[in-house]
Amino acid sequence: MNQTINSATTTEPMISLSGVEKWYGAFKALDNINMSVAKGEKIVLCGPSGSGKSTLIRCINHLEAYQKGDIHVGGIMLGHGSKTIDAVRREVGMVFQQFNLFPHLTVLQNCMLAPMRSLGLDKAQAEDRARTLLERVKISEQAEKYPAQLSGGQQQRVAIARALCMRPKAMLFDEPTSALDPEMVKEVLDTMIALAEEGMTMICVTHEMGFARQVADRVIFMASGAIVEEAPPAEFFSNPKHERTRKFLGEILGRH
Amino acid sequence: MGREEFLFLLAGLKWTVALSVVAFICGSVAGLMVALARTSGIFIVERLTAGYIAVFQGTPLLMQLFVVYYGLALIGIQMDAWAAVSVGLTLHASAFLGEIWRGSIEAVPRGQTEAAKALSLGYVSRMKDVVLPQAIRISLPATIGFLVQLIKGTSLASIVGFTELTRAGNIISNQIFQPLTVFGVVGALYFLMCCPLTIYGAHLERKFLTASR
Repeated sequence: MNQTINSATTTEPMISLSGVEKWYGAFKALDNINMSVAKGEKIVLCGPSGSGKSTLIRCINHLEAYQKGDIHVGGIMLGHGSKTIDAVRREVGMVFQQFNLFPHLTVLQNCMLAPMRSLGLDKAQAEDRARTLLERVKISEQAEKYPAQLSGGQQQRVAIARALCMRPKAMLFDEPTSALDPEMVKEVLDTMIALAEEGMTMICVTHEMGFARQVADRVIFMASGAIVEEAPPAEFFSNPKHERTRKFLGEILGRH
Repeated sequence: MGREEFLFLLAGLKWTVALSVVAFICGSVAGLMVALARTSGIFIVERLTAGYIAVFQGTPLLMQLFVVYYGLALIGIQMDAWAAVSVGLTLHASAFLGEIWRGSIEAVPRGQTEAAKALSLGYVSRMKDVVLPQAIRISLPATIGFLVQLIKGTSLASIVGFTELTRAGNIISNQIFQPLTVFGVVGALYFLMCCPLTIYGAHLERKFLTASR
């Protein structure tokens, strides 16, 4: 409701979830999730597949509905009405595993669409902003191409630029490198690292433990829809407390 | 068959074209509504439109024209043949195009809608800017195919006494007793309308394919 007042108080976390629960029918996908992300904080969410980590970040911009609990983003309480949902979506960018670029639009048009339609920028402003951000993800020379003409890594960087064109306060990454060929993972991670260094608030669902070590302020481990453990990366990797965390780390690090 | 008779056929052709154009344009507008209602996510609206589609897909076009022309007259709604067949063909086209486009909308990957939502695009923009442009490409072969069916379907209007191409051919044939010649010409005229459309459809399909590559 009172967005201006709330966002002015800096002590308030950028994103907070309290008591969030979600069911798919009888299956409990999220179980009493409590977490708080400060402005500028970088969180890496990991866990075995089906542990609810993607579901969790998809609740934050209400791509998934949840049945219980509260989510606040940038001082806005995410209700179930379209007004607050839209307000939250304007503040939070999301990057998907499958990029989800609009195939019928050029790279530039992909980046211009949302600022024009939902922020009300005119064409020149939107183009200016899009070109600046494409420059930032080092892909400005591809602006006139269609997504299918780009490599996976390039597409994902465009997707990051497209999300940034909304000037979001926070970014959600849903396994951004999982669909990429190995040689393209680095270019996307480098883009994310640069973004982190600029102070963006980020929640990343990823299995890139190198990225977690380098960038994350906290690593959160989930299993069976619940948060099992959270710790700074140094502690998380060297001294995991829970058996399930150890087992997961053994599996995922053993692979590399 | 003389010049006079041929001109009479062309006059019939004019009405066939007019009928096709009206049915396609009105049918498209209504069909888009049907497709959007069918994918609205609102249970009752989806069921109702599914029923609407089922009725028009499950009965012959001729029956539908009879019902509109004779049936509505019985309950006091008088329409001339032109209006009646226009309404009948529009309803028919809206159901078929609605179903074709519903399938195309659903064939657009879910991630497209999700990305649009994540960018806080509202329903109108999501549909207009993201989903429908992709759905139209997917639907193009089926849409053009249906348009060709629709043009040929207008010949049924002759049965309720509307003088379009087929009925014009019938009239001439009864006057000059050369059915083979007359209906040969009528057939050729239908072919001249439909064949270029089929070719144009294939052309558009290729064009969109290269544009999105």
